[in-house]
Amino acid sequence: MNEELLRIADRVVEMAGSRAEAEVLVTAGEASLTRFANSFIHQNVGEAFEAVSLRLVVDGRAASGSTNRAGDESLRDLVARTAEIARLQPPDPEWPGLAPPAAVAEADRADPGTVAATPGERAAAVEAFVAAGGGYRAAGYCDVDVTGAAFANSEGQRVSGSSSRATIDGIHQTGESAGSAHQTSRRFADIDGAGAGALAAERARMGIGAFDLKPGEYEVVLAPEAVGTIVVFLGFYGFNGKQVAEGQSFVELGTPQFDERIGLWDDGSDPGALGLPFDVEGTPKQRIDLVADGITAGVVHDRRTAGRVGGASTGHAIPGSETVGPVPTNLVLGGGDDPVEEMIASVERGLYVATFNYCRVLEPKSLVVTGLTRNGTFMIENGRITGAVTNLRFTQSFVRALGPGKVLGIGDDARFADSEFGVGLVAVPSLRLAGWSFTGGADG
Amino acid sequence: MFDYATAAVEGALAAGAVYADARVVVSRSESLEVMNGRVERVDRAETAGVGVRALVGSSWGFFATADLGGEAVRAAGRRAAETAKASSRVPGDPLQLADVPVVEAEYETPHQEAPLGVPLSEKVDLLLEVSTTMQTVDGIALARGSLRFWDTDKWFVSSQGHRIHQHLVESGGGFDATAVGERETQRRSFPQSFGQYETGGYEVVRRWDFAGNAERIAEEAAALLTAEPCPEGEKTIILEGSQLALQIHESVGHAIELDRILGWEAAFAGTSHLELPRLGTHRYGSELMQITADATLPGALGTFGYDDEGTPAQRVDIVRDGVWVGVLSGRDSAALAGLPPGGMVRADGFNRLPMVRMTNVGLLPGASSLEEMIAATDDGIYMSTNRSWSIDDRRLNFQFGCEIGWEIKDGSLGRMLKNPTYTGITPQFWAKLDMLAGEPEWVHWGTPNCGKGQPIQVAHTGHSASPGRFRAVRVGVKG
Repeated sequence: MNEELLRIADRVVEMAGSRAEAEVLVTAGEASLTRFANSFIHQNVGEAFEAVSLRLVVDGRAASGSTNRAGDESLRDLVARTAEIARLQPPDPEWPGLAPPAAVAEADRADPGTVAATPGERAAAVEAFVAAGGGYRAAGYCDVDVTGAAFANSEGQRVSGSSSRATIDGIHQTGESAGSAHQTSRRFADIDGAGAGALAAERARMGIGAFDLKPGEYEVVLAPEAVGTIVVFLGFYGFNGKQVAEGQSFVELGTPQFDERIGLWDDGSDPGALGLPFDVEGTPKQRIDLVADGITAGVVHDRRTAGRVGGASTGHAIPGSETVGPVPTNLVLGGGDDPVEEMIASVERGLYVATFNYCRVLEPKSLVVTGLTRNGTFMIENGRITGAVTNLRFTQSFVRALGPGKVLGIGDDARFADSEFGVGLVAVPSLRLAGWSFTGGADG
Repeated sequence: MFDYATAAVEGALAAGAVYADARVVVSRSESLEVMNGRVERVDRAETAGVGVRALVGSSWGFFATADLGGEAVRAAGRRAAETAKASSRVPGDPLQLADVPVVEAEYETPHQEAPLGVPLSEKVDLLLEVSTTMQTVDGIALARGSLRFWDTDKWFVSSQGHRIHQHLVESGGGFDATAVGERETQRRSFPQSFGQYETGGYEVVRRWDFAGNAERIAEEAAALLTAEPCPEGEKTIILEGSQLALQIHESVGHAIELDRILGWEAAFAGTSHLELPRLGTHRYGSELMQITADATLPGALGTFGYDDEGTPAQRVDIVRDGVWVGVLSGRDSAALAGLPPGGMVRADGFNRLPMVRMTNVGLLPGASSLEEMIAATDDGIYMSTNRSWSIDDRRLNFQFGCEIGWEIKDGSLGRMLKNPTYTGITPQFWAKLDMLAGEPEWVHWGTPNCGKGQPIQVAHTGHSASPGRFRAVRVGVKG
């Protein structure tokens, strides 16, 4: 498939001719998703997708365009209208130029078994999730995404690759409580519907009889989904070369802004990473250490933000990064060796939180965020979970929460976690933190 | 195009669907982004394809393809039905569809200036002028502007005989200024956060006076850096119209979606605090509260001719004199709940399954005015323009932040306040509504970024609102 996509990309570059700088990204594949609610499958969807994105620069004037039709007539029309738009623009004094030729290693990451996964196999995974609840009301989804991509530009950079991802994510509901579970892998064969369903059901059962807790500062043990949301917010709003350049980020390079146990990096080049190993500008993704031993160590760049600081792109351009900036999409929080049971056993009085919900930034520079707990919030007293509490609202700086002296434990359970910005972006463990500011309860 | 949709429906029926419909959608969009006097991005996107929906037993199957060849669309119909059949491994009760009129119809958004026909140079010049004006204000680090336009043709065919073509046109944009301090940033936006969007042509952009408001917005952003913080405590608050519109969207609009109430969205978007047996008796708020879902409002962003099930656009009462009386529904959810179908099912493009979405869920105007409300307030805060929004999965516990506030003392606006926030619980909060501005201040605010569903879908919704006053609200929440 990738050879065919490369042929399309080459064709568009050729159509653009020598009068323009051109970069072309072609993606194609299939995405399928099986949704269930009230313990039965109610929506079962799929699509065969193809997209051609073009950026053209004519005499320093840039424009972009896209189409989902890869026939010659559509491609010629795409080139013509994009060139016409570009000529009408004012010159871009900061145009950084196209990515130079550079090879990408191990670009074909699609698992053959996942490519071949059927609606029947997804239904079987859902069936196992539902059955594991023993009569609880189940809801969630199981999906498979297989994407091939090819990039070419008029500087001679040509790369292609493929990726696959499978996920099951769901809840069990008892009528007064809910518990969640999440699994993501490159291989559909790794998805264990029964295991995920059992965890969700256990959390739901433990949630029965929840009481309202007085808001305040509590020590917390956060499950990977809650940690995943913290980390993607740090990445999107903080370790983003554009946000840093604009003065909107908390990042102070070389400063111990985090606890010394924190090591955070982004590495789309890791053969185990999800997604493609190159960005939408054709630059190979590089490993970037963002935090090392608690010291803020780096930020990610696309070609434009790198040019502003006299550096090189780190391979983190995304669609629309001209506006939102480069974003780390293969984040890893490392260094954990604490069993979760031991972290809980170390807490005298605190809370265990399975997931956060509806998190929004109140102030970007200090990264103060408000949100709620969901699908599993439990009281920890004298080292053991003693009961469930109703969902709580928090208002908390995500940077300060991981600040020096604040990280009391890092779990040995790192995995791909769900997050506020979606699946597959982070691989993180559980964390034990000294304090988390809960500012409201069920009664507001 | 009707032939492609018909072939897709036939493919689904031949493969065993008891009902099928298909939409061929051709979408053209344009977006422009300017920052600090430089064009950051100009993009034109075009997509075309067919999405076919097949009902088998308790499940919808859906398949989409951009390939509009005759055999490809028939195959898409077949795959939709086969996918639905695979759901029978985890079955529920068979879905029924509420009856709707079977129509052959045409609809076009009323508009004056086709937005994609307006020269790009005119659009760029407008944004550059606004950005440059804001940059002249001391303390402004980021001066951004954006415009977006959508031009969409849809051909809908159902196995019951619908044949509907619609041409929808949406336009809008906005700008914002950001001042960056040592430990904080402050932003002001116009006409509202993320811009203002409506159905209509380029006249929408001309109606909002971008250039005339740029300097004021920038000056307010700069002044916020040295403003006093919003105090903590319980206060009377007056919400500016666009903030009240988002309050309606989050704490009413999503809560009245029938698919949420029925549990179909429980795992992701969430459920609702509303329970169907209390429809008609549940007190949602004060007697000033008159909420409608009206997909026929000229110019509002959630206006269309027919929804993506072929049901005519309509106006439905949602809250009458403070009592909950209506829901947002589609043919399947309405049949299950025993309610009339509301024509509120839409999809984000050809490649997504249609689902219950807000149309124009708005609060009808009252009899007061912003001026009167301020004059009638001894001690309060006027808050304007959303900065952050968060609400729980049952749409009860919310916290909103606004870009700017002003103290109200003894009936007059006083000093500027930064980081104003307020929090509450939905029915208790709406019970505190005691004054509402009238029709002259009533605006069809548009929300272009409403996320829901898996895979995620983004909908364009409308929320008409005028400024309103609420008593005894918790403000100034700090972590």
